[in-house]
Amino acid sequence: MTDPRRIRNFSIVAHIDHGKSTLADRLIQLTGTVAARDMKEQLLDAMDIERERGITIKANTVRIEYPAGDGETYILNLIDTPGHVDFAYEVSRSMQAVEGSLLVVDATQGVEAQTLANVYQAIDADHEIVPVLNKIDLPAADCDRVSEQIEDVIGIDATDAVQISAKTGLGIPDVLEAIVHRLPAPSGDRTAPLKAMLVDSWYDPYLGVVVLIRVIDGVIRKGDRITMMQTGAKYGIDKLAVLRPEMRDIPELGPGEIGILTASIKQVRDTRVGDTITHEKGGTTDPLPGFKPSQPVVFCGLFPVDSAEFEDLRDAIEKLALNDASFTSEMETSAALGFGFRCGFLGLLHLEVIRDRIEREYGIDLITTAPSVIYHVYMRDGAKIDLHNPADMPDLTHVDRLEEPRIKATILVPDEYLGDVLKLCQDRRGEQLDLTYAGSRAMVVYDLPLNEVVFDFYDRLKSVTKGYASFDYQMTGYRADNLVKMQVLVNEEPVDALAMMVHRDRAEMRGRAMVEKLKDLIPRHMFKIPIQAAIGGKVIARETLAALRKDVTAKCYGGDATRKKKLLEKQKAGKKKMRQFGKVDIPQEAFINALKMDG
Amino acid sequence: MAAEPWQAAGFGLYVHWPFCQSKCPYCDFNSHVAAAVDETAWRQALVSEVYRVGAELGRRPLTSIFFGGGTPSLMDAATVGAIVDAATEAFSPSNALETTLEANPSSVETGRFLGYRTAGVNRVSLGVQALDDTALRALGRLHTAAEARAALDIAMANFDRVSFDLIYARQHQSLSAWEAELAEALAVGTDHLSLYQLTIEPGTAFGERFARGRLRGLASDDLGAEMFEVTQAMTEAAGRPAYETSNHARSGAECMHNLIYWRSGDYAGIGPGAHGRITVGGQRVATEAARAPGAWLDAVRTRGSGEVLREGIPATEQLEERLMMGLRLVEGIGLDQLEGLDQDRVSQLRADGWIEPDKDRLRVTPAGRPLLNAVLRELLT
Repeated sequence: MTDPRRIRNFSIVAHIDHGKSTLADRLIQLTGTVAARDMKEQLLDAMDIERERGITIKANTVRIEYPAGDGETYILNLIDTPGHVDFAYEVSRSMQAVEGSLLVVDATQGVEAQTLANVYQAIDADHEIVPVLNKIDLPAADCDRVSEQIEDVIGIDATDAVQISAKTGLGIPDVLEAIVHRLPAPSGDRTAPLKAMLVDSWYDPYLGVVVLIRVIDGVIRKGDRITMMQTGAKYGIDKLAVLRPEMRDIPELGPGEIGILTASIKQVRDTRVGDTITHEKGGTTDPLPGFKPSQPVVFCGLFPVDSAEFEDLRDAIEKLALNDASFTSEMETSAALGFGFRCGFLGLLHLEVIRDRIEREYGIDLITTAPSVIYHVYMRDGAKIDLHNPADMPDLTHVDRLEEPRIKATILVPDEYLGDVLKLCQDRRGEQLDLTYAGSRAMVVYDLPLNEVVFDFYDRLKSVTKGYASFDYQMTGYRADNLVKMQVLVNEEPVDALAMMVHRDRAEMRGRAMVEKLKDLIPRHMFKIPIQAAIGGKVIARETLAALRKDVTAKCYGGDATRKKKLLEKQKAGKKKMRQFGKVDIPQEAFINALKMDG
Repeated sequence: MAAEPWQAAGFGLYVHWPFCQSKCPYCDFNSHVAAAVDETAWRQALVSEVYRVGAELGRRPLTSIFFGGGTPSLMDAATVGAIVDAATEAFSPSNALETTLEANPSSVETGRFLGYRTAGVNRVSLGVQALDDTALRALGRLHTAAEARAALDIAMANFDRVSFDLIYARQHQSLSAWEAELAEALAVGTDHLSLYQLTIEPGTAFGERFARGRLRGLASDDLGAEMFEVTQAMTEAAGRPAYETSNHARSGAECMHNLIYWRSGDYAGIGPGAHGRITVGGQRVATEAARAPGAWLDAVRTRGSGEVLREGIPATEQLEERLMMGLRLVEGIGLDQLEGLDQDRVSQLRADGWIEPDKDRLRVTPAGRPLLNAVLRELLT
């Protein structure tokens, strides 16, 4: 057990690409926590997808031993949190487990929307915050301007900001000293009854559920009988360890310490993040306030391209859900796509990450249907339905009104792109709440319907601002609007997987865009194919895909038989990636690409 | 039980000469530009390959010999003669042995025509490609339209059977321009014509330019379809209707060698990259020779065989090949040779008007011919 005065618990707040994971790597490296030969980039990001995309999805923790300049050895516990808006809630929970934060800002870029969102969470959690300016080795670095911006926009003192280059290692010892001397030590009473926070949990194939805890008061030991105060579940501790970042057994953890325990817990769902852990006998009577569980806000259908892989998909989804309580799924049947799952996600990135993992780790090709939000449907008979699949939209004659979720979006953008951003927000039915300037950048705040954002808003934003805008949002509530269900008919057959909820005023525009897109996405067939968008029985847009007129190989002689056969094999494989609707083959990527808007 | 195609469709020998004076931007055949060719070495190697295959197949009756390339009209007449002689000795040539040589219409090459005739060639196929100088330059051809006409005259004076190739749906070519060119071509009076729609193949100069969006003026699908239709109508009116997707002939003047391919007969392929389909001990096998000229020559010299691949063709693949090749022919395929074909799909295609309502042959309708790949997809995927 360590004297709390020699403990510092902290997280790192940063916008994507501002160098959070690199800084974490350097801290680990410099303190010799991981042997040089085991060092690799983004050490804490265990998933391939995290490394590939340069993002952190799950919170990760490492315990670092640091012999400080004052001659004492300190225990530094870093909780590396996800930076993306989808996982904001996960961030806010992790923040509760530590006392301070490093605010890392790219000295060539300045403060971004994610920096803001995350730093406010740190402020809300009463963190002591040390600003760190990264990438000062780059010629474009401007520490004075960025310090000023931190003070203006965030309102924290940046005069003592630590200037570093995580890439070259410059300034890393200063960061370690700042952690020791500028961040507070945890408080806590070793003699009080045990009170520990359940910070996170995940599934490990060898150990079962692993629970990350932060001890507030008291001491927890291997073999102790514990109670989870919210769920009431009781367990015996099988293993107690710290993460360096691999698990290293430890006999006990005292106040201020962070570590993991295993206790024969079967599912991640059996644990509740924010729960209070105490001893079964003589435990505390004063639990921590706890957290709301995170709720999925974006839904879409996942169907196997090859319908024979349905069971494999079920298996993959169950395995992923073991480790991710915020990911929900239920079976769905689509006339067009067969058997699949309707899945709920925290946001679009979460959706993409899960989809990528299913395709990659489980080798299942997927058709993803249009993402949808949860609509509140108020029926004339007073009933309320949570609609998260447009295919389930009840008959309009029974519907009193429809409400849709709205968000408050914060966008930081350089001046020259402001006009494009405002237009984008207006086009997506946004209402401006605020527009202020910070230096040469504007901060735009909009009230937007979530359904206009879930699909490709972020992509469009990046494209109209050449990647210079940053974006963050939070849900604000529900509001009634004139929403209708738009159907798409291909060769006179409705394709349920392409149905979507749209605002009445935007329906024609969306319908037109969609049928035009589909006309390009569906290959020509041997007959002509009408493609229509309709509301109820009324067609609002129509295109006709002309029949194929010529598709024949000009030359085919003795040496070409083998070559042509390879072509046929390719076509066979291609056909597997299509879905048949009546006589029409629709390529799987059409389901997502048909929804992408150019404006 | 019907005779197997390999028994009924004759047997041909394909000889590949891989060298060209220059590479054409549309061509994806196995052709190479070489500064100097040791023709004696190549002659010996090709002759030894003829004997190797002849010995294996036990002097099978031989229907045809075809010299393709590359540019086989760059070969000395003596080389052609040596190979023809070897083939006549190694196999049992039929009385009506067809011996075709592909030739470029340059004056140097037409100067060898008499020699080729003496060597045993009785049919030439000229790579005319266009009857327009601008188009010929765009296609990277080294001859002019006037040279092509002169070459055709010389060829027709030397050989009973002459064919030539044209490429249509070229860059910036209009429908009426193609009609005029085709009328001119038909007026030449050969009894066989190969009329190919320009295809942009990956790995060619055109393919590369196309990928970069730099190949302008290509025919749209619709224009290509109209050109195909016009081609069918005009050749038919001129007494040389299509007997295959891109080949047109007076009745009886069809290329016997190519018919072997389309009727899934046996053929041996020698020379770099040549493919063969032969039936050995009742099993149909695919063979392939080393593709690079140097590697092939080395293989023949050191191992006594240029063949680098030989594999049996499973029954399902044989059926696929039979359909892919056979449906190109207007005559179609005898149903007795299509065991295992999905009859429901055939019925559907028949109902939709893509397949003729024929009782004992599977034949694509005139409407289905320009859509043959789509018909094959319906049948096979």
